[in-house]
Amino acid sequence: MTKKVIVLGEAREGVLRNVSFEAIAAAKKISGGGEVVAILLGDSVQALGNEMIHYGADRVVTVEHPHLKTYTSDGYSQAFMAVVENEKPDAVVFGHTALGKDLSPKVASKLQSGLISDVTDIEGEGDGAVFIRPIFSGKAFEKVKIKEGIVFVTVRPNNIEPLAHDESRSGDVSSVSVDITNLRTIIKEVVRKSTEGVDLSEAKVIVAGGRGVKSEDGFEPLKELADLLGGAVGASRGACDADYCDYSLQIGQTGKVVTPDLYIAAGISGAIQHLAGMSNSKIIVAINKDPEANIFKVADYGIVGDLFEVIPMLTEEFKKMKSN
Amino acid sequence: MNIYVLVKRTFDTEERIVVSGGKIQEDGAEFIINPYDEYAIEEAIQVRDAHGGEVTVLTMGGEEAEKQLRTALAMGADKAVLINVEDDIDELDQFTSAQILADYLKDKNPDLILAGNVAIDGGSGQVGPRVADLLDINYVTTITKLEINGTQVSIVRDVEGDSEVIETSLPLLVTAQQGLNEPRYPSLPGIMKAKKKPLDEVELDDLDIDEDDVVAKTETIDIYLPPKKEAGRVLEGDISAQVTELVQLLRTEAKVI
Repeated sequence: MTKKVIVLGEAREGVLRNVSFEAIAAAKKISGGGEVVAILLGDSVQALGNEMIHYGADRVVTVEHPHLKTYTSDGYSQAFMAVVENEKPDAVVFGHTALGKDLSPKVASKLQSGLISDVTDIEGEGDGAVFIRPIFSGKAFEKVKIKEGIVFVTVRPNNIEPLAHDESRSGDVSSVSVDITNLRTIIKEVVRKSTEGVDLSEAKVIVAGGRGVKSEDGFEPLKELADLLGGAVGASRGACDADYCDYSLQIGQTGKVVTPDLYIAAGISGAIQHLAGMSNSKIIVAINKDPEANIFKVADYGIVGDLFEVIPMLTEEFKKMKSN
Repeated sequence: MNIYVLVKRTFDTEERIVVSGGKIQEDGAEFIINPYDEYAIEEAIQVRDAHGGEVTVLTMGGEEAEKQLRTALAMGADKAVLINVEDDIDELDQFTSAQILADYLKDKNPDLILAGNVAIDGGSGQVGPRVADLLDINYVTTITKLEINGTQVSIVRDVEGDSEVIETSLPLLVTAQQGLNEPRYPSLPGIMKAKKKPLDEVELDDLDIDEDDVVAKTETIDIYLPPKKEAGRVLEGDISAQVTELVQLLRTEAKVI
């Protein structure tokens, strides 16, 4: 049986996030040939509708309201549930982003449905779809299916391949007006710390530092390399505990779990709890003075050496490569 | 203030995972309080010390979870409750857990509920917000700062590395992110006192809930380990030659740049 699947698109600073397109690809599989309807919520999102269609959505429904300018669980759940009542979907897909993680349990509770969070792969399609997700921060994986009711999943950024962008695709972009009331949360201010704007969970390249970085300033060469490669800086628990950086950068079983294309571990010994957070990266490069460091056991390429020597040289080498 | 903390017993982060027959093997594994729940317990104790009231730690599971509850009591929580579902429920998912926890809490009038933002085993991060929704109270996830003034609450929340400054009010459920505080270690007197603190055990029959109403909506059909990552190549030669070779390899062999 084909399914009608709703995808929640997500924009940041007026630009749709990649995970929205990845969610459409997931929705296509779940639909088994049924309809994929994208929902966009915000104060001004109508113009983004066509992009969702170019990436494979059949139709787009937007809800625009001043209260939806910034995310709140109350505002977004009211808008989303209003659309769900009209559309009566068989399945729902969100990105497993900060917004998706915060909103999806509330929506699942309202739908009295199961919710399979943080899906990294889908086997089969339609009614036969089985969802793969990491447990123990990637030390193991589980295959899960929905036994009963709406199929609701969140997909981890960077794991499901989006469909090809096709500008010839067209579809209806309609808007629904929803009354949004009784917001119990007021966002007073957003303090941007990730100044370069590349989020760890979505970064294609991560340059991470450990205790070997030795100080807050020690992260500077790592930042320079990350910026050059359009990536983000991460850290081990050791570096965070030693106050070299903010906990928001921590990668590991406590902290973020990441799967970039390229993970460069500098001065990280490779404790099991750190490996849990990064060992599913596509390519791992380890730079460490200690040839016995555990990190070399999971690295595709290793350089035994001082990160303060190696990282600046790497940056120069990449610059040379880019200028050619 | 009437404060509840939702706690989960999890594998120690140092544990290797052993799978056999599609199931995680627990034999011989060390168990701990989910690290994010430790932040929640610590914050609850600090809120109580500043504003008065009582901290109750609440968990679901089997009798083994008493050990983690005693640890929370030794840290400074006042009371503990174990909802023992071992005999009644075979398979539980986040829907099931939230229904049971919310049912227990519905007549307790909590002012503040704290939980970890995610458990390091299942990693779904659903139960806290689901419980808040079922109790019809507001929630804020991944918090790194909490200030309470009367019923007004101001919060700093981690959003993918950025910080949101939020105002809201009690009653409220919050989930703890790393950086919220430094959880204390139980002191020796704390451990002695914990032995005398009340630890109640509740079964499904004691709640206003029918097992048929909380049947899991999802089903795990297999668990497996990821393919073991082969150790790769440690480059050789002088450092600058290694760096040049590495960039070449990333470009031509790994094709990630």
